[in-house]
This record gives sequence, C-alpha cells and structure tokens, in this order.
Amino acid sequence: MGHELRIRIKTLVMILAMVVCANAGDLMLKRGMTQIGAVEISASGLQHAFLATVTNGTIWIGIVFLAGFMLSYMTVLSWADYSYVMPAGAFGYALLTLLAVVFLHESVSPRRWTGVVLICVGVLLVGQTRPRTTEPVAREPREVAA
Amino acid sequence: MRVALLLGVLILGSTGGEIAITHGMKATGEPERLRPRELFEFLKRAMRNGWFWAGVPLMALSFYSLLVLLSWRPISFVIPASALSYVVGTLGAKYILREDVSPARWIGVVLVCAGVALVAAG
Repeated sequence: MGHELRIRIKTLVMILAMVVCANAGDLMLKRGMTQIGAVEISASGLQHAFLATVTNGTIWIGIVFLAGFMLSYMTVLSWADYSYVMPAGAFGYALLTLLAVVFLHESVSPRRWTGVVLICVGVLLVGQTRPRTTEPVAREPREVAA
Repeated sequence: MRVALLLGVLILGSTGGEIAITHGMKATGEPERLRPRELFEFLKRAMRNGWFWAGVPLMALSFYSLLVLLSWRPISFVIPASALSYVVGTLGAKYILREDVSPARWIGVVLVCAGVALVAAG
C-alpha cells in the first residue's frame, strides 16, 4: 500500500471516529439533560443541577464520547492539515440530518436538504486534496534552541 | 453591536484555539501506531506542549460566548453566523500554519460553510 494512500485511509478513519463520537456525545448529553429537566438559574438550582449531572450515567457516557472526540481530533491533527480536517468534520451535520430522517422520521425542509447536498459536495472536494501539505516540525524545538 | 462583538469572540476564539492546538499537535508528532499504549504516550507528550495549553482557554472562551449568544438569539441565527469560522479557520491555516490551500479545497470550504448555514437555519 502506498504511503500517500495509507495517510489518506488513516485520516478518513480518524475523521469518521471524530464525527461519530461528537454526535453520540451530543445525543447522550441531550438525553441526560432531558432526564434532569430544565435547570433553574439560582444558587440552589445550579447546585441541584450540578449534583444531578455528575450522578447521571447518561451524562457520563456523553462525556466519554466527547473525550473520544477530543482524542481523535488531536491525533488526526498531529499529521493532517487543519484546513483538511475542519471542513471534513462538517460531514457530521449532514449525517445528523440523514439519521433524523431514517430513524426519527423527521421531515426536512428543502432548504436543509440543499445544505446537506452542499456539505457533501464540499467535503468530497476537500477530501480529494492531499491531507498533509506541511513538513513535520522538530519534536522538541526548545531543546534544539538550548 | 454586542451580538457582532461576541460573534467575533466566538469565531476568533474557536479558530485561534484550534490553530494553536494544531500547531501543538504537529510539534508533538504523530503516534507510531493507533493502539491504546501509543495513544497514551502521545497524549502525555501533547500535555507537555505549551501550544496545546494556549489553545484550551481560547476554546473555552469561544464556548462561553456561544452559550451567551444562544441566550440572546435563536440557534437558527447563531450556528449559521458562526459557520463563518470555516472560512476564517482556512485563512488561519493558510497564513499562520502555512498549509497549502488549493483552489479545490477553497471551493470545498466555501460550500461546507454555506451548507452548514443552510442546515442550521432549517
């Protein structure tokens, strides 16, 4: 397998992990906060909400997914361009719309469908450019300087 | 006026934070393999990088501006407006991180930006 192709596949796998973790995390937080109910903005209300969130299992599952998102984001940025990863991550918005239609049978406006198509075309365009265009930087620049 | 100001903080905070983290991760160097042990070592190296810690408060700042903005304006305004960060981020990638942004990538970014705005506007 060619070097360039290997980087490409590795990058796409990590971006997919990013998108899945971010969406699953948001979904779990939303579900957890719905279980807790509307937060009252007062000293006792915030204290109650804090205790309710840190003892809620669904919220913790959400936090684990969001930590997974952060780790995959950091990992992919260690080799791929920011200007490659950032737009590709927007694929999550398109995915969320498709999931809402398939599983929740939500109706989607023509304007939103247009947006989904634009995102998909944009991500495909960015996706076929080279994932990395910069040279690796020295690992410990401070030691080199000293 | 205050909405525009906070929107500026939101966009510059998130792109500035992500650019700092990208720079930090490039300096950290990629993990040799994508296995738990190597990923843990990678994370430890990343935590020792100053650029990573410069990025975190910027991203926190942008997150709080997002929360405040959402209390002033509906989400169908806030997310489309913040989609501008795709363009700002690409400018930062080109001029600060010195990435080679080809015409195809620019067109893709602009389409994604418009698409996110349309999806969020409903």
